Amino acid sequence: MKVLVAVKRVIDYNVKIRVKPDHSDVDLTNVKMAMNPFCEIAVEEAVRLKERGVASEVVAVTVGPKAAQEQLRTALALGADRAIHLETDERVESLAVAKLLAKVVEDEQPGLTILGKQAIDTDNNQTGQMLAALSGLPQGTFASEVVVDGDKLQVTREIDGGLQTVELTLPAIVTTDLRLNEPRYAKLPDIMKAKKKPLDVKTPAELGVEVGSRVSLLKVTPPPERQGGVKVGSVDELVDKLKNEAKVL
Amino acid sequence: MSILVLADLHDGHLADATAHVVAAAQQIAPSSGGDIHVLVAGDDVQGAAEAAAALDGVSKVRVADHAVYAHQLAEPMGALLVALADDYSHVLASASTTGKNVLPRLAALKDVSQLSEIIAVESADTFQRPIYAGNAIATVKSDDPLKVISVRTTAFDAVARSSQDQGSAAIERVDTVVENSQSTFVKEALAQSDRPELGGAKIVISGGRGMGNGDNFKLLDGIADKLGAAIGASRAAVDAGFVPNDMQVGQTGKIVAPDLYIAVGISGAIQHLAGMKDSKVIVAINKDEEAPIFQVADYGLVGDLFEVLPALESKL
Ligand SMILES: Cc1cc2nc3c(=O)[nH]c(=O)nc-3n(C[C@H](O)[C@H](O)[C@H](O)COP(=O)(O)OP(=O)(O)OC[C@H]3O[C@@H](n4cnc5c(N)ncnc54)[C@H](O)[C@@H]3O)c2cc1C
Ligand SMILES: Nc1ncnc2c1ncn2[C@@H]1O[C@H](COP(=O)(O)O)[C@@H](O)[C@H]1O
Repeated sequence: MKVLVAVKRVIDYNVKIRVKPDHSDVDLTNVKMAMNPFCEIAVEEAVRLKERGVASEVVAVTVGPKAAQEQLRTALALGADRAIHLETDERVESLAVAKLLAKVVEDEQPGLTILGKQAIDTDNNQTGQMLAALSGLPQGTFASEVVVDGDKLQVTREIDGGLQTVELTLPAIVTTDLRLNEPRYAKLPDIMKAKKKPLDVKTPAELGVEVGSRVSLLKVTPPPERQGGVKVGSVDELVDKLKNEAKVL
Repeated sequence: MSILVLADLHDGHLADATAHVVAAAQQIAPSSGGDIHVLVAGDDVQGAAEAAAALDGVSKVRVADHAVYAHQLAEPMGALLVALADDYSHVLASASTTGKNVLPRLAALKDVSQLSEIIAVESADTFQRPIYAGNAIATVKSDDPLKVISVRTTAFDAVARSSQDQGSAAIERVDTVVENSQSTFVKEALAQSDRPELGGAKIVISGGRGMGNGDNFKLLDGIADKLGAAIGASRAAVDAGFVPNDMQVGQTGKIVAPDLYIAVGISGAIQHLAGMKDSKVIVAINKDEEAPIFQVADYGLVGDLFEVLPALESKL
């Protein structure tokens, strides 16, 4: 079974973003970029499926500018066999990403496609579900456990009230949650080897997908700043302040 | 045109989230010029439909009561919404794990974008939503013919229930039954708790890695009992197995905005702050006076939680 993983280049999760003074967008100049953490979990799951002999090939795909090839090379270093770069400099919304990925799914016919549940820049949490709908495939979102069983897939999902297990027919789409696995780090020899693995570049136009969107970003503002308060010296003082000053007890 | 709100169910009952989503719909309705309908879909959900019909501002409840909608699996729910969507200018759901699971399928099949987790309505087509873990607020305008929107419930005060004499909305059956051979429900392990639900609690007390182990979360129980509080946790506490996943507060967990949030043994990473920084009053208890959580706390107490918590419980 072939496994496809979608990886997105985003700001490093440790970076606290700043809004541009003209409020047109956030400022990404000289900001450290990395693979979206949920995509790292997706790659790790695919690689483990291969190590267990369940997957025969792992293909990583990204949509984004030239620089996003760094994240594909990371996926290759972590164990993906080859990569597909759908190159565009435009701001690509989840719907357009899903349309592009649906084309790749059509071409590659993976048994399983794994995405992150959420990109930590837009915080959209949409692409996997959209891809599933467009490809006519079932989805197991927010997965904390994935078990391939013949032509079926059991997915345990992190839901608001606890955990839910669903069984899906394969092929299927899975999105990862935090507890699915703990991603490994790439080793230096693997990083070297990854440079020689195949990486195919295509454009959205070649796939016949229009990436524009009818949603426009009017402005981006910083959130209301929270003022730090006071330090209290004792539990008594804390309880007193909560009762008499904040009046929340 | 009218607005459709997908109801959230909790154990077959109408979840509190729905009244918050209807509140968001009420802010859209004046400029879209339509009524507000609620869709209740599930198996044996007449009671939930009646509860939805009593919500202020709702003019009609549509009920799809059929085994195929049990557990609100994404595939049949998406197909159902697609079948109904043409009557509406907006389809809204809460940003619950159900709303997140289902709504993007509708959007994709109608070839429109989805606006996730809006926190403010500016007009029928313009909304605010947090991005980058809430470190920026984007104002976005959608020119799509259908607006598919998930709503952050903490940003909208719930509508009231109509009083008896005002009567309630009409309830109408939806006979659409879709096929689903792609997914089946296997099982659910739901947290059992007598405490208020995290998302709606007036007081939340959360523990982090500093709690040391799951057993020590008992130190929070007594305080939560006295305050009628819900108990939450940081990702680190969940990852370490101290508590289950449904307790995680943060960018990728639950969003809370109670009157009082008490963070115990939590450092205050941006991903955690994203889930609680809209709380009215924040208290931080941490032994490291440099912990970033103190930068957002109204009241900070530097100290060892193993000493502070028992003292706090006895003083309440
Ligand atoms: C993609 C992604 C998504 C994430 N999503 C979330 C999310 O939704 N929610 C979330 O919370 N995190 C999330 N995180 C994780 C986040 O980055 C932090 O790692 C996490 O919040 C840290 O949890 P913590 O504060 O409990 O642990 P630590 O950062 O380890 O802090 C523990 C604190 O406890 C204090 N302490 C220790 N012992 C005591 C004691 N005896 N008395 C008093 N204080 C004590 C320490 O001083 C320290 O400040 C996410 C990370 C990523 C990459
Ligand atoms: N530009 C992109 N390229 C590749 N994958 C993407 C892209 N955008 C989103 N995805 C995938 O979809 C997941 C969820 O993203 P989102 O729905 O945008 O929050 C990510 O974790 C990726 O797996």
